[in-house]
Amino acid sequence: MEKVLIVKYGEIALKGMNKPYFERVLMERIRSCIKDYEEAQVWRYEGVVFVRANEPERMEEMAAEVARVFGVSTVSIAAEVESDMEVISQAAAEYMRQLRKERVIRTFKVETKRSNKQFPVTSPEISRRVGARILKTQNDDPAYPLTVDVHEPDCLLFIDVRRDKSYIYHDKHTGFGGLPLGTNGKGLVLLSGGIDSPVAAWMMAKRGMLIEAIHFHSYPYTSDRAKEKVVELTRILGGYCGRIKLHCVNLLEIQMAINEACPQEQMTILSRRFMMKIAQRLSQRIKADVLITGENMGQVASQTVQGLVVTDQSVQMPVMRPLIGMDKVDIMELAQKIGTFETSIQPFEDCCTVFLPKHPSTKPRLEKILDSEKALDQEGLIQRALEEMETITVQPGK
Amino acid sequence: MFVYLDNSSTTRQDPQVTRLMCRIMEENFGNPSSLHRLGLEAEKLMKKARQQVAQSMGAAAGEIFFTSGGTEADHIAIMGSARALKRMGNKIITSQVEHPAVLENFRALEQEGFQAVYLDVDEKGVIDLKQLEAELDENTVLVSLMQVNNELGSLEPVEQAGALIKKRSRANFHIDAVQGLGKLPVDPSSVKADLVAVSAHKIHGPKGCGALYMKKGTRLKSPVYGGGQEQGIRSGTENLPGDAGFGLAAELAAKEFSRRNQAMKEARRYLLEGIKAEIGDVRINSFEDERCVASVLNVSFLGTRGEVLLHMLEQKEIYVSTGSACSSHHKGQSHVLKAAGLSEEEMEGAIRFSFSHENTRQQMEYTLEQLKKAVESMRRVIRRK
Repeated sequence: MEKVLIVKYGEIALKGMNKPYFERVLMERIRSCIKDYEEAQVWRYEGVVFVRANEPERMEEMAAEVARVFGVSTVSIAAEVESDMEVISQAAAEYMRQLRKERVIRTFKVETKRSNKQFPVTSPEISRRVGARILKTQNDDPAYPLTVDVHEPDCLLFIDVRRDKSYIYHDKHTGFGGLPLGTNGKGLVLLSGGIDSPVAAWMMAKRGMLIEAIHFHSYPYTSDRAKEKVVELTRILGGYCGRIKLHCVNLLEIQMAINEACPQEQMTILSRRFMMKIAQRLSQRIKADVLITGENMGQVASQTVQGLVVTDQSVQMPVMRPLIGMDKVDIMELAQKIGTFETSIQPFEDCCTVFLPKHPSTKPRLEKILDSEKALDQEGLIQRALEEMETITVQPGK
Repeated sequence: MFVYLDNSSTTRQDPQVTRLMCRIMEENFGNPSSLHRLGLEAEKLMKKARQQVAQSMGAAAGEIFFTSGGTEADHIAIMGSARALKRMGNKIITSQVEHPAVLENFRALEQEGFQAVYLDVDEKGVIDLKQLEAELDENTVLVSLMQVNNELGSLEPVEQAGALIKKRSRANFHIDAVQGLGKLPVDPSSVKADLVAVSAHKIHGPKGCGALYMKKGTRLKSPVYGGGQEQGIRSGTENLPGDAGFGLAAELAAKEFSRRNQAMKEARRYLLEGIKAEIGDVRINSFEDERCVASVLNVSFLGTRGEVLLHMLEQKEIYVSTGSACSSHHKGQSHVLKAAGLSEEEMEGAIRFSFSHENTRQQMEYTLEQLKKAVESMRRVIRRK
């Protein structure tokens, strides 16, 4: 029996006029993710995407990879047979025999979907006939009996009857859902090396946004290892988004200037505003539509509502904060799921504790912050930081 | 100018050693245990290496057992002694400032029911012989001390300790001489040591090679099981190119002992005097005289962060080491500096310079100049608080 992947896409199916566009991008994303497989083919038929490759040994691996493509809701490995009642029954019985060798199945249920209404047998009747055939052929060993259980079966067997071909499958790889990458513009994420910002980037990418990243460090006041950590996080994100450009900016001169000229408790908020302004400047150059941050209401001193308002007013472009209302535990759980957590908790810091005020201002006032900024050569500082910027193209890791 | 001042971490391998090792890797790939001619040639090379290492320590070739490094030599000595002697007693003694290669074995033995004593140290990291004497009893089966402290460079009184141990107990006496080899005479018989651990890469030899000296008749049950190589002390096919490289490095270190130590001493003195004269507000954590090896100088630059200084110097191609990592949590603190009673500020600003004979006067002048700039620039930032 030949095996194919059946890929279902949740939200895209709800789209109206734009549906073909989303489907086309989704297929492109799937194609590029499986391009290493021999004779890989991707096609769309009756609201489902099919994937075929001449690699019977790597079906599981391929299914898992396709399930990581944003926009995909489930992936199943299915046996493909002719749409003929006798052929389907026979194949289903054989499918079940193989499966029962791999794992213990004592109860089962058959569920049928018949998108080809011309098929002469109705869905419930197909289920009954296939079930009967399985029962008849699988009960030769009294020590390993098989019965039907429609409530809690060990195995739920799906039959999908389409015009020319029908599909038999039982298992699903759950995808992340969302929308295909590239269907929602480009965002520049401020990537710090902590737990939050990679999750924020991932969440926006899941909504179809292409990602570039900007990282701020204070070398030699911070270690090169902190930067390596961010490169590694970018590599992990690349497993979902492909190659990512990472722009590294040294903030040391700016921090020293603030340290020299401004009240100590404003250090954090002033640094944040500089980061945002530099990111905005870079966005214009790389044509990013929005900035993305991992900010989260109330998590640290600079993320109070007053802090966020004053940070926000440093730029004219929209700032996406997908984690704003989440709890830390939920963010950590997501970080674990996408695989960035272990890297994020390595102890190298991207901001030297030398510059951290003992009591950062939690309720900054915009007028005072603007006053402080007047004491600085903002334009010169920003320009020099951008001139010294280093851009790394990070290849994806799996 | 490239200045490498982290020689207590590891040293640059001597090119002569590299050449010898390459030749052996290409030409003498035989296993010393093989019965054929290739095996015999390999065995001859092992024998030579063993003699070279033995001679550098004033020991007999039969008392040297090659290991994968200092850590494994410490492990075999400590766990092997405890296992062999546990019927005689369960007290084991070491100091608070040992290398983790020793301390972690002691912690593991504590888990197994041994009573471990960690001796206090003074502000230079040196143990108190009176405390050792008071702790020694008939129940003591092992004492492990370092010859030279790796962070402060202080010499521990191993000779007097050896005399006390042999007078007061039946314990095995193990010395971790990883930082001592090449800088001090390592003479197991005069210090009454039963076991001594040394490492190749601290004396311009290869990484992944070390040796355990074990006096004839020492009771030890090796924790390493296998094919019985190294007389059952360290099973596993011999690292022939590495051991031969170690042999040559040990021979060179012994031959050039005076010249090398003189060079290190001069570099150290220049930097020490320079720091004292030109950079104020420092605390010299190491002994300034002969009670410290010529290879180590530990200094706290008050009002700075050691790790930041390290990165600033690294930008100028000067490579040093810190006593503590720059972290808002206290994960990175040095247990040695802590045991020596340094304050938070002193620990934070601590830098270890460690020298080799390859360091020149010009390098020290350059280092002093860059160091001064870095410290001043850092203090301008920090002092505002």
